[in-house]
Amino acid sequence: MPEYVAMIYTKDVDWSLPEYAADTAEYSEFQQGAAAVLRGGAALYPTATATTVRVSGGKGGDVLTTDGPYAETKEALTGFFIMECADLDEAIAFAAKIPAAWDGAVEVRPVLPIM
Amino acid sequence: MTPDESISPAQAAELAVRADYSRILATLIRMTRDVDLAEDALQEAAVRALQTWPRDGVPREPRAWLTVVARRCALDRIRRDKAREVKEAESVWLLEHEAPEPEASVVRDDLLRLVFTCCHPSLSLDAQVALSLRTLGGLSTVEVARALMVPEATMAKRLTRAKQKIKQAHIPYRVPSDAELPERLPAVLATVYLIFNEGYAAAGGQDAMRATLVDESIRLGRVLHELMPDEASISGLLALLLLQDSRRASRIDAAGAVVLLADQDRSLWRQESIREGVELVGEALRRTPEQPDPYAMQAAIAACHAIAVDYESTDWDAIISWYDVLLSVQDSPSARLGRAGAVSERDGAQAGLIEVDAISGLDGYPWWHASRAELLTRLGRLNEADAASQQALALGLNEAHARFVGRYRATSS
Repeated sequence: MPEYVAMIYTKDVDWSLPEYAADTAEYSEFQQGAAAVLRGGAALYPTATATTVRVSGGKGGDVLTTDGPYAETKEALTGFFIMECADLDEAIAFAAKIPAAWDGAVEVRPVLPIM
Repeated sequence: MTPDESISPAQAAELAVRADYSRILATLIRMTRDVDLAEDALQEAAVRALQTWPRDGVPREPRAWLTVVARRCALDRIRRDKAREVKEAESVWLLEHEAPEPEASVVRDDLLRLVFTCCHPSLSLDAQVALSLRTLGGLSTVEVARALMVPEATMAKRLTRAKQKIKQAHIPYRVPSDAELPERLPAVLATVYLIFNEGYAAAGGQDAMRATLVDESIRLGRVLHELMPDEASISGLLALLLLQDSRRASRIDAAGAVVLLADQDRSLWRQESIREGVELVGEALRRTPEQPDPYAMQAAIAACHAIAVDYESTDWDAIISWYDVLLSVQDSPSARLGRAGAVSERDGAQAGLIEVDAISGLDGYPWWHASRAELLTRLGRLNEADAASQQALALGLNEAHARFVGRYRATSS
């Protein structure tokens, strides 16, 4: 069965703070309901903790690091789930149950199977 | 079906492919779950038919022959590519375990599955229209590009992307369940209607109408109606298409200019389409007495026009009440504009203009300005009419329609 990554875009939040406990409770509820298809996932620290890495001049070149996310946007990647579903319709049905879908957006992408 | 003696095997091959293109393709897509692969295989089978039929004679069941050969071509190709693409192993299983010639009902379902796959909500509307024309209408990429007035390279890219998404994201090849149907069917109907509108009132270019698109949309509407005869919205849409299209021969004059409904030669209206359309409207209304369907309402309005023997005997009261029902289920500025037009016929230009001016949100719609230009002309307010028609033209009507609106400028300047 194909796997999908559901990427969670919300306002940039720090899930570790106690004021997001209510939100994380909603996420636990989703995780329980989707247990049959969930294969992994993670909540991420806010984009302020992100470091973007580039190697200049191609492979083996200088490592350049910049402070912050790859793209500065209003809604940021704040977490993701990996789901194994029969098809896109099923993946969409589960993605719609992720709390971010109703106050942000969830991007569903099929995973390219690697041998 | 026995082969017709009067046509050559080459012609028979061409006819068989064209007549059953989407049905065979639908079956192949079910077997391979890959639109590209299915298309290539069908093409290969068609080429083989052209090579062998003239020599061996036309087979008794051309469609079955093409399906079996195309299936074998697809299987060969999968085997060749198997080393590279591991995931294809699934398809091989499918191909090897599939009965070679599915029954008529399965073919019917294959087609229906294909309709819903092409119109899946995860594809952009542009992609839905293009893919439907390509796979269900059997148009070539060049024809689809020409029909939708997009450069061929752009269209090829759009189609490739859509087909890849179906394959890679596993867009399911299935008919939605009854519970899902209400949310999925509108996308299908919108796609068919969009194809019709694109043909009926071309948005750009020289011609006021592109007949291929109109014909294809009606064909798709018929396919859907045949597949789901109980769906009122399908009957409503097909009725609407038939009734609008019944006026085809009278809508454009010899010089290529648009002819107003009032001035159209009604003897040119296709009675057969009107009869069928009126019957379908009745069917749609009977099925949904408590929940009026927007397509059926629009079809009812079109039917009122179609059955009037001349413009003067148009039943404007009935048309206005149908518009009121339509607005109660689907309030849109363009429906309000239509209602305003009917009011101006029943109650005069002044009453119509008040209604037209009361509609907000149509500043960017050339036909709103064109309607104002017409009513202002009738009221003798020629300077304002001139300004309105200039705005309509500035917003980009296509040339044939622009020439028509331009008449107001000629009379007012």
